Order: sequence, then structure tokens, then C-alpha cells
Amino acid sequence: MGAAAPAAAAPARPPAFGRAVSAALAVSAIPAVPAIPAVRLVGASARYRGREVLRDVDLSIAPGERLAVVGPNGAGKSTLLRLIAGVLAPASGSVEIGGDPLSRLDRIAIARRVAAVPQQVALPFSMTVEEVVALGRLPHEDPFRGPRESDRAAVAAAIERVGLAHLVGRDAREISLGERQLVLLALSVAQATPILLLDEPTVHLDLRHQVEAMELLVDLNERDGTTIIAVLHDLALAAHFFPRLVLIADGAVVADGAPETVLGPDAIRSVFGVDPVHALRAPSEAAVSR
Amino acid sequence: MASETRVVAAPLAGVRLRRRRWSPTIVVVGSLVALAAALVLGVGFGSVPIAPADTIAILAHRLLALPVERTWDASTETILLELRLPRVLSAMLVGAGLAVAGATFQGLLRNPLADPYVLGTASGAALGAAIAVLIPVRILILELGLLNLFAFAGALAAVFVVYRIGRSGGLTGLLLTGYAVGSLLAAGLAMTMYMSGANLRQIFSFLLGGFDGASWLRLAIALPLVVLGSIAIILRARSLNGLLLGDESAAHLGVDVRRERAILLGLASLVTAAGVAISGLIGFVGLLVPHLVRMAVGPDARWVLPISAVAGACLLAGADLVARLLGDIPVGVVTALVGAPAFLVLLRRTRSGYEQ
Repeated sequence: MGAAAPAAAAPARPPAFGRAVSAALAVSAIPAVPAIPAVRLVGASARYRGREVLRDVDLSIAPGERLAVVGPNGAGKSTLLRLIAGVLAPASGSVEIGGDPLSRLDRIAIARRVAAVPQQVALPFSMTVEEVVALGRLPHEDPFRGPRESDRAAVAAAIERVGLAHLVGRDAREISLGERQLVLLALSVAQATPILLLDEPTVHLDLRHQVEAMELLVDLNERDGTTIIAVLHDLALAAHFFPRLVLIADGAVVADGAPETVLGPDAIRSVFGVDPVHALRAPSEAAVSR
Repeated sequence: MASETRVVAAPLAGVRLRRRRWSPTIVVVGSLVALAAALVLGVGFGSVPIAPADTIAILAHRLLALPVERTWDASTETILLELRLPRVLSAMLVGAGLAVAGATFQGLLRNPLADPYVLGTASGAALGAAIAVLIPVRILILELGLLNLFAFAGALAAVFVVYRIGRSGGLTGLLLTGYAVGSLLAAGLAMTMYMSGANLRQIFSFLLGGFDGASWLRLAIALPLVVLGSIAIILRARSLNGLLLGDESAAHLGVDVRRERAILLGLASLVTAAGVAISGLIGFVGLLVPHLVRMAVGPDARWVLPISAVAGACLLAGADLVARLLGDIPVGVVTALVGAPAFLVLLRRTRSGYEQ
């Protein structure tokens, strides 16, 4: 799994835009050409039925970064993930993955680079936990011959890594909400992409599993080099486990940087409308500072 | 995750295993054996019984060109080749097509209650057939009457209309549109039947389905549509697998949801329309068979689709045999009589699942 990720991360051909930038930089005599960002949004806006939910977002995320998106409900955090995953086309501006505009990649190509942990899904038929996790290999499987040995190994490794070995044969519709959330996380881990998107990955998890899920993200990030972008409501978890935070309010990025700079008392008061004392004393603080 | 979780979890694996699946290979072999048995039995029974040994010998002699010593008389061979065989093969073809189409619709619409008729194919075909009966012109094109042609066109037209109206409303929109258009067409059908007078019986026999009119030529016309359509669906099994998790997740897994849904819907409707055009409306095969297969091998469409095809062929050939043994009653009556109780049993056995 780990071996596959970096290979897919580096596109073979330098995109036209990259060449233009390096040319410009050469003229201005800056020596180092910056690495191609894993994710880059330039002036990206998003609309649902004419209503603007994100406007003019500029964001560049380097390969191997670990970033949490925070902000109040309805700020546009999930929409930002949908833009990056390519399931929502930007109303204006552009979204690039590894230097390639999403509009030029087909679904399979995107699915080999970006995994998004699904929200809770209702399965129409009875499926075992293992069968659900195995769906994560769809973008890699041979369309006619089906899963290969490497696919089965990736599924087994993902199940092991997320700690679901005791659930493999169970019906995925008969396990708890939190367990299902972990199953969907394992599905995306099995997808083995260089970029992993998560929308509220901890909502249904108990304290121990919240921390374990966060530790898994850190491990995927540090050991496999996976770029992690997670939407989190729990500011304490975000601040503790993520070196970079992006604060979104009313469809715009209002702060971007290290947790201590982004989550200043003023930002919390103005964006969330609460006293900062309450914001960082989240229920998981006890677990975080164990 | 944390190492202690793994250590604790490992001994429990297997103990809590709930779902037992059969090996797909065994199911494939078993269903192929059943198919061969259905062929021999289906061909053998009738007003002139033909011994299984003779059946096998004639089939081996004529179809596989094996040098078999001739122990049967010419009339037996004629009955078998000209009457029974096209009928049994037609039943198998339609059964396979309905089962594949049913599995496809269930997966596409993410709805365990979907069947090949859910988006209007049945009501469209029925109205087409009924209108054809009212038209006093009798023409035959390649042994196909107006009834077959109108039924085929009606089924496809109905799905096309449902798709064009309902696609913007998501899956629920499609299902509700299918229901509404189906009701409208049913009203048209009722009106046509009311006006049909002495031809009512002909419309009824289409509505109840059957293989009385089976012939080699009709089979040869429907065969490529059903077989090629089913193969094209099976080659897209990956998309159906992705759609198990819903539209957005399927997109994350590399499925171009809108395109795949349109293609699969079109293919499944084509397969259904081709089958219905030569057999009339036969219920429950397309609903029941995919569920039985999923219970055996799990929801992976790469297995569910081909095994459903073989199982559907067996089931409908068997139902046609029963229909003939009961004095040539409509085969749709047999599938409903057997299918409805079987589906109820299935619902009880898997009742924990469907409420979500």
C-alpha cells in the first residue's frame, strides 16, 4: 500500500502551468522551483442551485501535508472537500490535483489519486465488512479479471490497520454507527491514494476510537506520506493532531496556518460566536492530554 | 490502529462470523448442471414423452454432430427439434435476460424491491401489445407480428420517457416517475382492453406470458439482443459494485455515475424489452433470482450477474415445464404462484436488512 502511493503522487509530465511558473521564476532568479502542490485551488467558487457556498478560495497544499479544515456549520467545509474530490465542479476558478486540473482527469484517474471517506451509507443489500472494504480497490482492479492478489492484500492490510479484524465476516448493516464509520475509513485506506479526504471522521466514535482514528491519520501521513485533509468540528482534536489548520467562515478562508495562530481567541469569538474558554475545552481534551 | 486492539481482536475473528457465503465456483458449476438438467427434462416432457437418453442422444447427434447410433424415429426428432427445443431455449433466454435485468435494476436503483419492470417496461410493452391487437392489419415480419414489435417498442419508449422526466430527481425521482408513468399506461391498457371485444383473450395471454409461439426464428431475433445486452451489462459489473455505496461514494471510487446509470438502464431495458416481446409479461423471475444469488455468493455484481443469468434460465425453463404439465396454463401464473411465497420466505430470512 505504502509503496503504491508515492508513485501515483508524482505525475510524469510537468503540466503547462508548472512550466510557465518555472519560467517566470527563472526570470526573477529565484533558484528553487517549488514542488507541485498535491492540491491547489485558485479562485475557486462553488454554488448549489445558484446559492454561493464557497467564494474565491485560494489554497495550496503540499504533498505530505496534514491539514484540518475547521469552521462553523454551513461554512462550506464539506463543499471544499467535494471540490477537491471532483464530485462538484467549481462555478469559477480551478482545482488541481498534483498539477493537473480536475476537469482534465476522468473519474478513475481522480479515484486513483484522491480517496474520500464516505459519510454513513445505507447499503441496499446485505454485505460483510470485508466486502465493503474491498470496494476501496475498485479504481485499481482490472475491470475484467477483478481483484488481484495485491488488491486482497491491500484490503487485509487496511482492515488490520483500522483495527476491524474482529468484524470482517459481520454484516455491515448490523454493526454500530461508530463501527460502520471505521469500516468506511478502512475502505478509503484500502483505496491507497496519495491524498485522503475525511469529512467529520470522528462524529460517531467514542473517545478512545477518536484518538485512535487520529493516530491512524498521523501514521498514514508520516509513514506512507499520504496527504490528509480532514474536516473536523472538534477544535481540540484538530489543534492537537494537525500542524496546519484552515478556518472557513461564510464560504471564505479567514485564517490558514498553525493551530495557535488560526485558533486565536478573537477568531473563535468572531467566527464561532462563543467564548474561547468553551471552544478548546472540548470533551476529548482529556484523551488528548493523556 | 493501536496494537492492543489487534491482539485482542484476532482470537475473536471467526467466532463472530455471521454471513456464510458459498464459493462462487461451486455455485456456477451447480447452476450449469441444473441448466443441463432443465434442458433435458424440459425437452423430454410433453404429450409425446421422450426418454432422457434419447433426448441426450438426439442433441448430441444434431447439435454437437457426434456420431451417435440412431435409436429413435424421425417424428420424435422433429418434435424435439422443431417444437420443444425452441420453446425450452426461449424460456431459458427470457429467464436469463429477466434475471440479469432485475439484478441490474436492483443495483442501479439501490432498491431490493426493484425488478425489470419497475421503470415502466411492463406497462409500456402491455399497452403496445394491446394496441397491436386492436389494429386489424395482420402482418408478419420474420415471424414476428405487430404484437411483438409494438411490445418491444412500447417497453423501450416507456423507459425512455421515465428516464427523461425522472432523472433530475435522483433515484427516488426515477422510481416515482416510473410509478406515475406506469399508472398512466395502465389506464391506457384498461381502455384498450375495454375496447378490444373478442380480442381480449389475446391481450390476456400476453399479460400472463408464455412460450406457445416459440420458434427458432423468433428465438434467433431475440437472442442477440438479450445475450449481447447481458454481456455488456456484465462487463460493467464494476460500476454496479461502486453504486452499492451510493452515487457520491461511487464517484469517489471512479464511477462516472450519470453515464454509467444511463448506459446500464438502457441495456437492462433493452434486454427486458427483447425478452418480453417474445414471451409476454412474466413476473418474479427478475425480482427473485438476483436475491437468491446474492444470498449465496454475496453482492459482488461480477458474480451476481452471470450466476443470475444461469439461475434465471433454469427457473423459467422449469416454470414453463410445470405450466405445460398443468395443461398449458400461462407461465406467468406459475412464476407468480411459486415466486410470491418464495419471496416472502426470503424477506423473513433477511428481514434484519431491509429497513434502512
